[in-house]
Amino acid sequence: MSVTNAISETVPSLHRKGLSRRRKEAIACYLFIMPWLLGFIIFVFAPMVASAFLSLTQFSVMSPPEWVGGANYVKMVHTPLFWQSLRNTLFMVALDLPLGLLASLSAAVLLNQKLRGINIFRTIFYLPALIPAIANVLLWVWIFDKDSGILNVFLKLIGLAPQPWLTDPQWAKPSLIIMNLWGLGSAMLIYLAGLKGIPSELHEAGKIDGATPWQAFWKITIPLLTPTILFQLVIGVIFEFQIFTQGYILGGGPNFSTTFYVLELFNNAFRYLKMGYASAMAWVLFGITLIITLLVFRSTPYWVHYEAERQR
Amino acid sequence: MTSSNLDTHLHRPAISWIIYLIAILLSVTFLFPLFWMATTSLKTMEQAYAFPPIWLPKPVRWDNYVKLFTELPFLTFTINSVLITVLNTVGVVFTSALVAFGFSRLRAPGRNFLFIVVISTIMLPAQVILVPTFILFKYLKWINTILPLVVPAYFGGGAFNIFLLRQFFTTIPFEYDEAAIMDGAGWFTIFWSIMLPLSKPALATVAVLNIVAVWTDFFGPLIYLNDLSKMTLAVGLAFLRGQHSTVLTLLMAGSMFATLPVLIIFFLAQRYFVEGIQLSGLKG
Repeated sequence: MSVTNAISETVPSLHRKGLSRRRKEAIACYLFIMPWLLGFIIFVFAPMVASAFLSLTQFSVMSPPEWVGGANYVKMVHTPLFWQSLRNTLFMVALDLPLGLLASLSAAVLLNQKLRGINIFRTIFYLPALIPAIANVLLWVWIFDKDSGILNVFLKLIGLAPQPWLTDPQWAKPSLIIMNLWGLGSAMLIYLAGLKGIPSELHEAGKIDGATPWQAFWKITIPLLTPTILFQLVIGVIFEFQIFTQGYILGGGPNFSTTFYVLELFNNAFRYLKMGYASAMAWVLFGITLIITLLVFRSTPYWVHYEAERQR
Repeated sequence: MTSSNLDTHLHRPAISWIIYLIAILLSVTFLFPLFWMATTSLKTMEQAYAFPPIWLPKPVRWDNYVKLFTELPFLTFTINSVLITVLNTVGVVFTSALVAFGFSRLRAPGRNFLFIVVISTIMLPAQVILVPTFILFKYLKWINTILPLVVPAYFGGGAFNIFLLRQFFTTIPFEYDEAAIMDGAGWFTIFWSIMLPLSKPALATVAVLNIVAVWTDFFGPLIYLNDLSKMTLAVGLAFLRGQHSTVLTLLMAGSMFATLPVLIIFFLAQRYFVEGIQLSGLKG
């Protein structure tokens, strides 16, 4: 009897002690994450709700918002410049993104070799990625200068015709792609990290089985790199939709060829003070990126190779 | 992490030389625009526009850099940039570490759900919250001050940094926490005296990446800072470019001047850049 008593006494007390300790831990946990929780409510959640509301109003900051229902969204569909800015941005998604992925992957494969001094090349390839966006644009506007820019000077020196680069609506976006390719360093570093993660035993096994380097690259390296490629693709879509500084410095021109989506949004919000319309544009942007990202994830079973599946 | 894991093949000399050749040619291409920015910034206008081009300026015109400070408000821009970068980074490192500690070492109901919320905010385009946030700061009379660019950093320091630090914290053995609790230490003591000292490389990574991000940020200062006396180097440069009186060689000197601190930080803290990429969870 004394034994059962002892047990019935200790069990609840242990239980209570455990509960209170767990509760203390939970309270501590919430105290630690409090800065984020407050920040999320003040700077993310509340603005999101407000932005959804504002997108249904006409609002110029000067006077209180005026309810217009879906009018902003309807207006967007009927605004040529909205479509133009969307086309400009999708052009970059369709061309700048794949070219950048391919170039940075090639650079990473090139610099993933076991060679003396290869680190120096990695550093050099990465350096342009560090240049502040604004300095980068100012520099390339000068390089692309129609008359005295070094690129056209080169073309003249080797006997080719100079090109209009940033001054021609047809050439402006391809010029920006060249400029972006110069900054492939960050993506290259991510690929290099991915390449490092591939176990060398796999390559050794491949060699024993008589695989040529070319076969090893396509059958071992690329499949094991697909999760990294997926990551870059998702980040890349978001990045391309955020293009702003280049278009801003070029004034969106020539002939609106560099009026990218976020620039058009910025102009509406802060130049014309159409805050409601700009908020609506932001939600459409969110929707488009979400759809593209979901499509990318939907496509993963067809091309992304996961470690877990291989083990199964 | 061993060096044999780093690389794929050992090559025959001929192939090595081909790789070197390609790498050198590409290096020249990558370095040339930087070289051109540097040399243009040290030329007179006549030299900059000369044909055939002058590769190395003679004499070197350091005067362009002097003019940034005597004729243009670059001293003010620099002070503003430094102030915003330092104050922002202190907030980001400290509060993202706090939050990451909560998400990695302490259990609470709803914690995992909230962490999913953290991760999903990485995907949210900043424009969705742009207008209301601007109006909030306008209402608080914070426009044209550094506050909108600094204060939000003290609220968790950004989803990506929380994620990165949480990844690192989970690699530290939990026995440390348990031993400290046995000794009667509170959670903040564990955070401050055990976790932070053990996490110096990860904290440095967050700090370095944030310094570069804030220093080079263009969109935020463009929206919140209007007066020339309040501008950072990035927006100051863009503003001066809009003035017709600002000459090319000065713009290149200014661009060079804004770029140099980033390059210096990179060379001093190179390993943290690489670590940041590895920590971001790409390796699982």
